[in-house]
Amino acid sequence: MNRLMVWLPLGVFAILVGFFFKGLTLDPREQPSALIGQPVPAFELTDLNTGQLLSREMLPKEPFLLNVWASWCITCQVEHPYLTELSEQMPVVGLNYKDTERAAKNWLQKLGDPYALQIFDPSGRLGLDLGVAGAPETFLVDSNGVIHLRIQGEVNDRVFAQKIQPMLETIQ
Amino acid sequence: MMRKLLVACVLGFSLSVQAAIETYQFDSPEQEARFRQLGYELRCPKCQNQAIGDSDAEISGDLRAEVYRMLKEGATDAEIKDFMVARYGRYVLYNPPLDQQTLILWFGPAGLLVLGGILVVLRIRQSKKALEEGESQA
Repeated sequence: MNRLMVWLPLGVFAILVGFFFKGLTLDPREQPSALIGQPVPAFELTDLNTGQLLSREMLPKEPFLLNVWASWCITCQVEHPYLTELSEQMPVVGLNYKDTERAAKNWLQKLGDPYALQIFDPSGRLGLDLGVAGAPETFLVDSNGVIHLRIQGEVNDRVFAQKIQPMLETIQ
Repeated sequence: MMRKLLVACVLGFSLSVQAAIETYQFDSPEQEARFRQLGYELRCPKCQNQAIGDSDAEISGDLRAEVYRMLKEGATDAEIKDFMVARYGRYVLYNPPLDQQTLILWFGPAGLLVLGGILVVLRIRQSKKALEEGESQA
C-alpha cells in the first residue's frame, strides 16, 4: 500500500503529461462537422456567374471540393492559388458566402475563376445548413453528394496530403 | 429642479438603450425570455467560449436571427436546439443532454469525488489498524 502511494502521484503525473502532450497538437477551433456522412443539404440558389438556378442535383457526379469563400475573407485569397491548382485535378465548386454580387465578381475577375459552379448565397442560408462558422471552409463531397470531410481554414498542400488525399482514396 | 434633473436622466438612459445594434420585436415577454435563454444556452461555433447571445461574431448574429425566426414560427426550444445540433453538432449546446456519450461529462466529477472518498476512508482505516496493532504489540 505504501509503495503504491509513492508511485501513484508519478502515475497520475504521467497520465496528465500524456493528455497535455496530445493537447499540444490539437486545435480547439477544429470541430467535427455534424454533416459528415450526410448529403449536401438541399438548396435552390443562383449561379453567381450565369444567373442559372442551381440545386444539389446539379452538383458534380464525381468527388469534388465545395469551397466556402467570400471577397471579405483574407484567408480565401491566400488559398485561392492552391485551389486553382487543385481544380485541374478535381472539380471545385464555389459557395460564395454572405457576399455581394459585385464584390464577388470583382474578386473572381482579379484573382481568376477556377470554380466549376459558383453557388451565390448572399444570406448565408446554405452556409448555415452546412454548419459553416466562417470562411474559408471546404467540404469534400463524393460522387453521390455525401459529405466526407470538412476543413476549416486554409486548404494548402499540407492539408491536401494529410486530410483530403487519404479520404479521396477511400471514396473513389 | 428635481423634476428636470429626473427627466434629463431618463432621456439619457433611453439614448443609451437606442445604441443597441439589434432590435427584435417579440409577441410576448415569455417569447423574449425564451430568446434570451436560448441565447445563453447556444454556443457560438466560431468563438471558443461564448454564447451566441453574448458574442459579436457574424455567425452568432446569424444564429440569433435564426432562433428569432424559429421562435416567431412557433418552434419549441427543443426543436430549435435540434436544428442547431443538426448543423453545428453537439458543440453548440452549453447544456448537453444526458445520454451515453455524455455520461462521463455528467458523472465523471462526482465519480472521482466518491473514488477519492473511498480511498481516504481506506487509508484512515488502515492507519488506525496499524496504530492498534502497534499498541497491542507494545
